[in-house]
Amino acid sequence: MTTTTLSPSTPVDTPARPARSVAPIPMTRLVGVELRKMFDTRAGFWMMASVGIVTVLATAAVILWAPDEAITQNTFSSAIGMPLSVVLPIIAILSVTGEYSQRTGLTTYTLVPWRGRVMTAKVIGTLLVGVAAMFLALAVGALGNVLGSAITGLDAVWDISLAQFGNIVLANTLGMLMGFMLGVLFRSSAGAVVGYFVYSLVLPIAFGTLAAFQSWFADLQPWVDVQFAITRLFDNTMTAEYWQQLGVTTLVWLWIPLALGLRAVLRAEVK
Amino acid sequence: MISVESLTKQYGPFTAVDHVSFTAATGRVTGFLGPNGAGKSTTMRVMVGLTRPSSGRVTITGRDYRELLNPGLEVGVLLDASAQHAGRTGREILAIAAQTMGLPKSRVAETLARVGLTEDEASRRVRDYSLGMRQRLGIATALIGDPQVLILDEPANGLDPAGIRWMRDLLRGFADDGGTVLLSSHLLHEIEVIADDIVVIGQGRIVAQGSKSELLAAAGTLVRTSDVDTLARALHEAAVVTSPIDGGLRVDADPELVGETAHRAGVVLRELRAADGAGLEEMFLELTAETAREGAAA
Repeated sequence: MTTTTLSPSTPVDTPARPARSVAPIPMTRLVGVELRKMFDTRAGFWMMASVGIVTVLATAAVILWAPDEAITQNTFSSAIGMPLSVVLPIIAILSVTGEYSQRTGLTTYTLVPWRGRVMTAKVIGTLLVGVAAMFLALAVGALGNVLGSAITGLDAVWDISLAQFGNIVLANTLGMLMGFMLGVLFRSSAGAVVGYFVYSLVLPIAFGTLAAFQSWFADLQPWVDVQFAITRLFDNTMTAEYWQQLGVTTLVWLWIPLALGLRAVLRAEVK
Repeated sequence: MISVESLTKQYGPFTAVDHVSFTAATGRVTGFLGPNGAGKSTTMRVMVGLTRPSSGRVTITGRDYRELLNPGLEVGVLLDASAQHAGRTGREILAIAAQTMGLPKSRVAETLARVGLTEDEASRRVRDYSLGMRQRLGIATALIGDPQVLILDEPANGLDPAGIRWMRDLLRGFADDGGTVLLSSHLLHEIEVIADDIVVIGQGRIVAQGSKSELLAAAGTLVRTSDVDTLARALHEAAVVTSPIDGGLRVDADPELVGETAHRAGVVLRELRAADGAGLEEMFLELTAETAREGAAA
């Protein structure tokens, strides 16, 4: 096909407007924007609200139904921690996949064409939400413990050490990063949420069943099953070997896929 | 000023954009015209760093898009008015853009007024917006940073005739203030109404570019022959510019010169006449027919 210009365009010498001084976008602002985006839709708002609601409901359930001797801080924290560990990773997933499923990435990545910075802001934003949620859970759990003990008439039992709380924070942080990893890997809300349930429900059951019937796998499971390794953080008996197993399993199930997912986010065409 | 230099984008064996070069000049509205799938959107996505080019480059006011410190303040971009979170209100979407760019909150209300969205409309969620309202919101996002360059993909899509006139006046004013505007469309009429300069793209290649008056008034000669290739080569040797049409060529020369050239080249002509100023439209129809989905004979 012969393609030829009919006539060259004539550049016009209209002076451009005087250049303004433009300052780079600071990371704090990007984190602020990402936090705002987590709350400003109806779905996002209720997702966040569910963190508070779950915390209060779980606390109430312990006060109502737990036997008197089980009214301890540890009971409250486990009761709150379980549902929270489901909700937090989904918050992490949606912060990434929203850009793709709702196609807002077209605007986000043109306003901030450095996708690595956008991802960093998202990670910081999600982790801030996660840490805030865990302190909220700690506070509500403590309140529940005081209330529960007052009702039973026993002395309040404070049986969570700082180290233990630290481990719980770490476990939930790993859970959120897991959600984040699935988000960057799938870049679709539906796919990543399904992936998350496979990760958190299907795989642990499959590994558990295999370990129950095959003795050779029972010894191997702690080195393979990432949920198994993470769940042990909730107990206060972490040994050096447990930490190694946590390192090995998260390397395979979290850090490597996360690196691949981030690479894909940086390179993939945004449509 | 936007400068596109020999831009190429390949998807496997498919070449979506094939050595595209053009300039959108400061103070002008440049229309980027081509049928659906011609490569307009791909070119625009490369401009703003959403797609990596296979080769070639684009500079905006002399810089790569990623070298801009705060792109929203320098380049206003609207690529797809429908690519917004359906659950956010129009005001919220604009507020997020303003916050990202570091602008004061007051700019949101100002910009909403500028694009003709009422307070009430701005409080609605985008899922309840018409396409025309989404376009206005998208243009608001592009304008809020008070940039010097606008890149708009099919911005008139979904606007009613009054909306198209409003857009023309808006872009006219923007260009008259020393801004650069590049907008795409698959409708010749829209581009005719809004643009000063026109770049026509078909199947990933630039097929024509020039000022609107030049292109629309282009006279020249229409020639049909069964041996188009030989004639085209002969005309090129005579330094005459040609563009292909169905079974022939449109030539930027008078019929006498074309006839002489054909005679020397020994090519038999079936038709030779002065083109009647409809060069652009004919060429565009030709392009559209070639890429038509109905499988029309090409």
